Amino acid sequence: MPIEIPKDKWPGSIKAVTIGATAAEGGTRAKSITIGGQNTMPYLQFEKPTPNTPVIAIEIKSRKPEDWSPLLEKPWGEAMADPAEWAKKAEAAGADLLVLALTLEDTPDSAVKTVKAVLAASGLPLVVWGPGQAEKDNELLVPVAEAAKGEKVVLGVCEDKNYRTIVATAMANGHLVEARTPMDVNLAKQLNILISDMGLPMDRIVMDPTTGALGYGIEYGYSVMERLRLAALQGDAMTQLPMMVTPGFEAWKAKESKVGEGVPEAWGDWEARAVNWETLTAMALVESGADVVVLRHPESVKRVKAAIGELMAA
Amino acid sequence: MALSGIQIYKLLPQTNCKECGFPTCLAFAMKLAAKQVELSTCPYVTEESKTQLAESSAPPIRLVALKAGTEVKAGNEVVLFRHEKTFYNKPGIFVRFKASDSGIAAKAAAAHAYSVNYVGMDFVVDGFAIEADGDLGAAVKAVRGATDRPLVLIGDAAAIEPGLQACSGETVLIHAADASNWEAMAALAAKYKAALAVKADTLDGLVDLIEKIKAKGVEDLVLDFDTTQLGKWLAMSTQVRRLAIKQNFRALGYPVFAPAYAAADEGIFAAEAIAKYAGFVVLDKFVPENVYPLLVLRENIYTDPQKPIQVQPGIYEINSPKPEDPVLITTNFSITYFAVANEVEGSGLPAWLVVTDAEGMSVLTAWAAGKFDAERIAKAVKGFDVASKVSKKRVVLPGHVAVLSGELEEELPDWEIRVGPREAVDLPAFMKQALN
Ligand code: B12
Ligand code: SF4
Repeated sequence: MPIEIPKDKWPGSIKAVTIGATAAEGGTRAKSITIGGQNTMPYLQFEKPTPNTPVIAIEIKSRKPEDWSPLLEKPWGEAMADPAEWAKKAEAAGADLLVLALTLEDTPDSAVKTVKAVLAASGLPLVVWGPGQAEKDNELLVPVAEAAKGEKVVLGVCEDKNYRTIVATAMANGHLVEARTPMDVNLAKQLNILISDMGLPMDRIVMDPTTGALGYGIEYGYSVMERLRLAALQGDAMTQLPMMVTPGFEAWKAKESKVGEGVPEAWGDWEARAVNWETLTAMALVESGADVVVLRHPESVKRVKAAIGELMAA
Repeated sequence: MALSGIQIYKLLPQTNCKECGFPTCLAFAMKLAAKQVELSTCPYVTEESKTQLAESSAPPIRLVALKAGTEVKAGNEVVLFRHEKTFYNKPGIFVRFKASDSGIAAKAAAAHAYSVNYVGMDFVVDGFAIEADGDLGAAVKAVRGATDRPLVLIGDAAAIEPGLQACSGETVLIHAADASNWEAMAALAAKYKAALAVKADTLDGLVDLIEKIKAKGVEDLVLDFDTTQLGKWLAMSTQVRRLAIKQNFRALGYPVFAPAYAAADEGIFAAEAIAKYAGFVVLDKFVPENVYPLLVLRENIYTDPQKPIQVQPGIYEINSPKPEDPVLITTNFSITYFAVANEVEGSGLPAWLVVTDAEGMSVLTAWAAGKFDAERIAKAVKGFDVASKVSKKRVVLPGHVAVLSGELEEELPDWEIRVGPREAVDLPAFMKQALN
């Protein structure tokens, strides 16, 4: 007697969200990207096919970062000082999406100039992050959103402290937002409610439930993502959004990636270990439901991309 | 499926003799269903009922233990998602050697000697696999000269037997029985009391093999899905776990074998296997920079989600501090404590480290949750009688909670309150430059 494979039948599904707009869609991107749309736990294609392939974003900065590991300077080199060049290199390295992080040194003028240069240099859909201080975020993201009107950029990072201005400018200029909360199902839900109460349609929100790096709290991020996906599938409308997480940022903060000398011998070769740190952090999050992983090293991009390809092929 | 009280009642004598201490057999059955009494409390249960009751209370995933000088256990899991309760038996991480490799003894010795510390815990490789592509008897002896950890022997029955002879008395896992060789492998497993990996690329194929093998008296089985394709492996592993946990489907209630050595990207496959229900993971070779992140991932996934890993609150002496040395304040979240302790220790600078009871939370998490405030810090400083150990009444706060310094001055009026850097890496420099 053949075994009956147990299949879950879920009432809910994740919203499909499209990032970036082509000429036909009112922007200038070479293609747009659609994520989400699932109604199973990650990659359980024996229940239902996964409709959209999760994607990889590469993080670039508006200015050469001072605090990045020298291991990251190796692959990116001179391009790190020129966001447009960096964008091209990132596209060549296999990015589906670019994340451009603005810094505290940026002015509204420099931010707009950089965003325009990046949009001109690469046809990939774009995410723009403010420097992470509420006032400065607003000061930079509003003019950026206006300058990129119609491109369906994701504006981030929206947190409970600063979401109002960012959401308002996203609404006015046809963009999306990245809604970040500190690893908690209810806080994620609440921020989504606040944002959609302002009138931004749900299919223009990507949620970022925050993660930790391997060895530095990844288990919290991992489980919160599983719980958010389960809640969404069970029908909780305010959690039915694709998820974007930042394993690159987290993993390259860890001592295992950052530091090459004076560490235990048992940690092994620095460069391979650092790439493993980022790759495995990302892989665990892909397995727990990430739709976008933001990475930094081209080798991690290659490995995680191949893994997602295999997960989609089954 | 665990039996209900009524189902258990039907298996009891139904005489209501009260010797078990309950007024009726039904009352006793209810307690039994709730696992609040032992079956042995009733002296009159028939042997037949005992077997049936034992079967119904067996765990949905059989515990398989490989034993040599140490032991590696897999199975006995009860949930699909770690947040539902916790994952219990960490998958064993094995490294594979080849019997034909003349350097096998040295490789085994190096891998055996490996130990890496993560937040105060020492992790090692759990065991070793040997592929029988040469004289397995000799290879096992060579490996046994270097390590006493459990073994997996890979090959066909004829090639494996000399290996089993070379490590008698141990519980070895032999790999693998498939449709073509299952009889010989089952006979070997029965003869040497080994655990047996069963390999098929469909669940029906596995069930079919398992039924035949069990009929030969082999009970300790491990499942191999005959693939390392990430999507297919994830699907099959999930299906097996679901069948066991949700439907108590015993025919596939066994730990899962993950042949990472056969995968296109070993680290990626092993990461999936660790997250998604593997019981034994076998790597292609021993490479510290590959093994260390996997050991950490395993620890993270198998951490009890209700209880963060913590250290005991108290005052810790780093590099034999003297009374004039600085007092640093931190929380009792293991990752936080070791981030700080390792930096200070590595710098060679002496310090007193006061670990407050922040219910196992990081500095900012605890601060945000109200578990790391001026009152708690003051309580720790007083409770651990820090004043009696130092000559300079001065404490250093983590930079992230600089906002607490005002309140702490009120709580500890005769102490000098200093704010340190935000990140532990910068502590040694701060201690050298700012604390003299
Ligand atoms: C993992 C995590 C959690 C986990 C808890 C993990 C744990 N056991 O602590 C969970 C999911 C449970 C959690 C919960 C919450 N969290 Co939380 N969480 C994090 C996260 C992602 C990582 C924290 C971490 O482990 N860091 C690693 C450790 C090692 O860092 P650390 O303790 O700070 O130690 C470093 C330094 O402080 C320094 N240091 C430590 N001691 C000392 C001592 C001295 C003398 C010196 C000089 C330096 C020093 O050295 C270490 C290494 O550099 C952070 C965001 C982030 N990425 O940082 C948010 C974060 C800390 N959480 C936050 C919040 C708000 C919360 C919640 C209140 C929200 C909620 N979810 O309900 C709850 C509170 C808990 C509760 N109510 O029960 C906020 C805090 C905001 C703020 N600035 O106040 C953060 C910053 C996220 C954010 N950006 O909003 N969280
Ligand atoms: S001792 Fe056994 S037979 Fe007697 S009442 Fe209890 S359960 Fe029934």
